[in-house]
Amino acid sequence: MSTDVENAPANDVRKASRWVYSSAVFLLCAWVIVPLYFLLINTLSSPEAVNAFPKSFIPEFDLGSLAFFSTFAGMLDALKNSILVAVLTMIMSIVVGAPAGYALSRFDFPGKELFRMLILLTRAFPLPLLALPLAVMFIRTGLDDTVFGLALVHTTLAIPFAVLITFSLFSGIPLELEEAAWTLGCTRLTAFTKVVFPLILPGITASAIFAFVISWNEVFAAAVLTIENRTLTAFLLTNLETSPLHLKFAGGFILVVPALIFIFAVRKYLFAMWGIANR
Amino acid sequence: MAEIQIKNVAKRFGDYQALQDINLTIADQEFMVLLGASGCGKTTLLRIVAGLETATTGEVWIGGRRIDHLPPKDRGIAMVFQNYAVFPHLTVFENIGFGLRMQKLPDDEVKRRVERTATLMHIEQLLKRYSGELSGGQRQRVAVARALAMEPDVILMDEPLSNLDALLRMEMRAELKGVLAESKTTAVYVTHDQVEAMSMADRISVMHQGEIVQAATPIEVYRNPAAEFVAGFIGNPPMNFLPAKSAGKGKWEVAGEKIDGPSSNGDLKFAIRPEDLRPADKGFSATAKVIEPLGAHLLVTCDVDGSLFRAVLDSDLSVSAGDVLTLAPQADRIRWFDPATTQSVA
Repeated sequence: MSTDVENAPANDVRKASRWVYSSAVFLLCAWVIVPLYFLLINTLSSPEAVNAFPKSFIPEFDLGSLAFFSTFAGMLDALKNSILVAVLTMIMSIVVGAPAGYALSRFDFPGKELFRMLILLTRAFPLPLLALPLAVMFIRTGLDDTVFGLALVHTTLAIPFAVLITFSLFSGIPLELEEAAWTLGCTRLTAFTKVVFPLILPGITASAIFAFVISWNEVFAAAVLTIENRTLTAFLLTNLETSPLHLKFAGGFILVVPALIFIFAVRKYLFAMWGIANR
Repeated sequence: MAEIQIKNVAKRFGDYQALQDINLTIADQEFMVLLGASGCGKTTLLRIVAGLETATTGEVWIGGRRIDHLPPKDRGIAMVFQNYAVFPHLTVFENIGFGLRMQKLPDDEVKRRVERTATLMHIEQLLKRYSGELSGGQRQRVAVARALAMEPDVILMDEPLSNLDALLRMEMRAELKGVLAESKTTAVYVTHDQVEAMSMADRISVMHQGEIVQAATPIEVYRNPAAEFVAGFIGNPPMNFLPAKSAGKGKWEVAGEKIDGPSSNGDLKFAIRPEDLRPADKGFSATAKVIEPLGAHLLVTCDVDGSLFRAVLDSDLSVSAGDVLTLAPQADRIRWFDPATTQSVA
């Protein structure tokens, strides 16, 4: 009897905190999921339903809007360009970023801390500021309106992440493992390929996919630096502006879904990257 | 033949002199222990021999071949690390066979050698496991097996037992000593544990502040410490010291007692091991402070002439705190040190 009375306030507090917790989780989920759900519904609705009000919460599975895009002139080329640019960005940012991450984690050199900060500073300049000089330079060098030129810009955007992510991955691997490999007949290079690389491969894959997503989602540089060889984002952005509402929804859907799938696939490593789940 | 010669090796890290002018020869098949407190340079010296660190000056020779300019893989060494360094992405079998695969040995030879060393280290039933599925002791066995499978000229060990619990450490100590003696490999073993050093070594190099203070057999290091540091570092409890004043040629006055000693000038330090003291009619008068029964013995901490003094006495003796004992040192076990140079004086 008496214990019940004593425990009552404690139970109240526990119940209240559980309620706050679940409602916070619910709100956050709704914040992300509700817009995506509307996007999905409107994509799968007929033009009339999109413009109608009130809205139905159940999609009618009208594939008209999506079908429109599959026949839309230039769409496939833009998709191909997007994938090409993203793959190039992925490769270049890992090829440049991973060795830099390795060096930061394994060697001591003057200016190391400054270098780490400078890497972050590359993100401090807004792209619009750089776009005009870049465009001029690209036109002079003939890189304008090419897949490679755009991939270069995207690589610049992705490198800070690639460097910092691989830096934390390499730091998670004890130097002793490498030293053991050296004493067992490895050179610095073979110790890397036989011991370090297999251990960080999942993380490298994740950071490569992250670079892919950065490139896939980037629109400003893509819109400024390409004319004929538009990526999907730039292509849709310029075309959707003048399109009816239902096509805007469908276009948005097409842009969002691949990025979502990629991020979802590597979510485990995205946490590991930032050292949260670093074993 | 794999004699190791370390010639005038010095190492500095920036302003810090980690090693100063080390000269040491380790005979073929010898078990040499580098013993010292942390920061004395023992691990740095081992890593210089391994090639994981480069000496600022000096040379390292193994088996008559100068190796200090070679990468670790070309030195004919294998190393066991403090944290085992078992590769987490490979099975125990592939861990032990890693070095053999790097040498591009045929599969059946790799299999033969892996199985043999695994049996030697009693881990043959673990060959299919990954390091995450092993206990600390098992990982240590894998690390040793991996080094042995290389059949190296020299095996280097950096505090390999320090991460194991006390019982396992004692067990591994004896086992490791047996396995290494059988493998006929020259071994260099770094530790800060004097019991490990005493029980395993053919010779011990006691290191202090980047120098080798004494390199000798365990019993020699124990009985005839070359310097005051060694006398105070080796032995548990350590040696007792008392100031000695000259009382004529070859005679010294120690805590009111006249004792025969070396015929040198100036002051000396008298030193005696706690177990070399006996209760007697004539000797130092010692006031007992703390009495610790250790089963076989009685450790009595007392005060002799204002100095801390320990005696290991027979456990039959009845002593209580405050008692005044008369303790006589065993004459042939007395050692003398010069307080100016801290070196032993004969």
